[in-house]
Order: sequence, then structure tokens, then C-alpha cells
Amino acid sequence: MEFLNDLLSVFGNVTNLTWQMVVMWAIGGILIFLAIKKDMEPTLLLPMGFGAILVNLPLSGAIGEEGVLTTLYNAGIANELFPLLLFIGIGAMIDFGPLLSNPKLMIFGAAAQFGIFFTLCLASMFFDINDAASIAIIGAADGPTSIVVAQALNSKYLGAIMVAAYSYMALVPIIQPPVIKLLTTKKERQIKMEYKPTQVSQTTKILFPIIITVIAGLVAPSSVALVGFLMFGNLIRECGVLNSLSETAQKVLANLITIFLGITIASQMQADKFLAPETLLILGLGLVAFVVDTAGGVIFAKILNLFLKKKMNPMIGAAGISAFPMSGRIVHKMGLKEDSSNFLLMHSMGVNVSGQIASVIAGGLILNFFG
Amino acid sequence: MNFNFEPMNFINNLGYMGKGMLGIFVVIGAIIILTVVLNKAANNISK
Repeated sequence: MEFLNDLLSVFGNVTNLTWQMVVMWAIGGILIFLAIKKDMEPTLLLPMGFGAILVNLPLSGAIGEEGVLTTLYNAGIANELFPLLLFIGIGAMIDFGPLLSNPKLMIFGAAAQFGIFFTLCLASMFFDINDAASIAIIGAADGPTSIVVAQALNSKYLGAIMVAAYSYMALVPIIQPPVIKLLTTKKERQIKMEYKPTQVSQTTKILFPIIITVIAGLVAPSSVALVGFLMFGNLIRECGVLNSLSETAQKVLANLITIFLGITIASQMQADKFLAPETLLILGLGLVAFVVDTAGGVIFAKILNLFLKKKMNPMIGAAGISAFPMSGRIVHKMGLKEDSSNFLLMHSMGVNVSGQIASVIAGGLILNFFG
Repeated sequence: MNFNFEPMNFINNLGYMGKGMLGIFVVIGAIIILTVVLNKAANNISK
């Protein structure tokens, strides 16, 4: 009898298991499946999926006051350190060359942020304004910006916002093409754009990140950490004397932060917080943000075409959502599909990079409004 | 559930949409102008 009691006490924790926890295991399993089998943002969805299981074990020692994930959360997410450090790596990966040789393309990066502000209005019908703004920034299509804004605005829905932001970034190849096709004719998609690369001096490449930081800092001071770290990473890349640091930022730093970022975000995926109708609503609003961003970029390009003699392929407007470099590649592939001699890559990548800058500025403006 | 349905909030917050989009276009416009100037200056120096 005593042996039986001992045995029961060993497995006593099983009685603390709830069905909500099991649902979260299933969600974690789906994220791991999407990461491994579908290759959807595996660097983030896999740690998030595993973390979702880890924090939803009854009496999990990974969370709570002494839990390692709580410690990591306080050390890296609550103070916005991890996403900002990740931005150094992202900045070091970005080549602004195509954008600098044709700076006019930057305007599409601005137009494609429309989804953020449209979703802000839409989400404000259901949530208080700070949560609505945090949800709207899913449309930045940029994980670190979403984390920084949602954290700075004290959103209660950080876990759901992160899952939506990273899942939709992975789903860009599925979300964008139907929206682009719906808004353009075959003839428009076949428009060829001449690429005349102009020589961009190294001085320009060095001064560009500094100038962007100063302008963004003057206009949207809340964005200065985001823009500054992104541009610092780019300055390391372009200065020409820190190749080893640039390589470290692109690979080692970005990978290290990514490992901790995903699993730490999962600490916000506890069943009692995550399994709520609000989560479904946030996922829906995030999708709206991505769709309206894409539509905003395409429609803006079509409006510009009304005034231009030399027409642009309106599909490049869709690359203005951040989601670098997926969005740029999708537009290029769609162009090739319509006409195998239609190469849009350099234009779409230029627009895509400008979307990265514009989304960070949008995040800064949101923080200016509500922070 | 922690949310209420307040449809008028969409209209009430349209101002943020206007200010936000205007803000982004102004900042990006300034960056475009400075980049063009920077490119020209760099080209002139190299010539």
C-alpha cells in the first residue's frame, strides 16, 4: 500500500494537467511541424513551439519567479534588449545598394505601411488603444519591431502578437500573391522595368545609415533605438574595416539572439493567457494588416502610374511590406511567371529594403502617439 | 472576454491613420531627397 502511495505521489503532478495545457501542446506541435516540415520561419517557430510545450507542463519550473524563461524574459524582452540586438544582425545583413542607386523606390516602403494604421483603427473597435496599436504593428512584418512596440505599450497580448507576426511573415508567399493578382491585370504584371544601376560610392553607403538615424531620431525620437541599432549593424557592414564584426553580427549574434528570442517569447504562451477569443481576433487582425499593407503598396503604384509616362510594374509596391527578403523574391517570381524575361528582382529588393526602414519608422510613430 | 465592440472608435481614430501615413511619407521623402543629394555630391567629388 505504501509502495502504491509513493508511486502515486511520483506521478501526482499529472492530476494538475488541464485540457487547456494539452491544447497548447498541440499548438506547440503545430508550430514545430510548420517549422520542420514546411520550413516556415524555423529559426523562430521551432523554439516557440517547443517553448509552448515547456511552459504548459503542470507546475512548470521554467516559468514563475525563479523560472529560467521568466529570467530570460525580464533580461531580454521586458527591457527590449533581445529584439534590439537582433536588429544589429539584421542591419549587417541588409545591402542598401539597390535602394541607393534608385532612391525613389523608397516611396513604396512608405505606402505599404497603410495596413498598420488601417488595422489600428479596426483593432480599436475591440481593444483599448495601446493594445490596438500593438496589434496593428503586426503589419510591420518585422518581428523585433512588433516586440519592442508591444512591450513598450505594455500590451497584455504579447504572446499572441508574436505568434501572429512570425507566422504571417512565414506565410507571406501564401498571403501576398492572391492579393497582388486581385488588384492587377495580367498586362500590368507583365510590365518590364529597365534596371540602370548607378555607381554608389562607399562614402554614400557609410553616410546613409548615419543620416537615416539622425532623421528618424529627430522626427520620431521613440524609434531611435530601433533605427539606430539597425543602422549601426549596417554601418559595421559598409565601413569596410570591420568585416569580422560584420560577419559575427550577421551570423553568430543573430543566431544566438534568435535561439533565446523564440523560446523566451513562448513564456507568454501559457494556456490561461493564450487560449482566449482575443487570440483568434488578434490573428485575424494581423492577417488584415498584411493584406492591407500589400494592397496599399500595389494601389499606390497604380495611382503613380496614372501620372507616369514610363509605367512601373505595380507588383513592386507589394514588396514595400518589410518581410525581408521574402516579399521582394515573391514579386520577382510573379513577374517571371507572367513573362520569363521580366526581371524585377533589383527593383523589388530595393522596395523591400525600404519597407524595412519604413516599418521601423512606423513603429516609432506609433510609440510617439501612444508611448 | 476583455474586449467590447465599439464601432465608432474606427472613425474616432482615423486621425491617427492620417497623421501616421503623413509622418511616414514626410520622413521617407526627406530621406529620398537627402539620398539624391548625397549621391550627387559623392559623384561630383569622385569626378
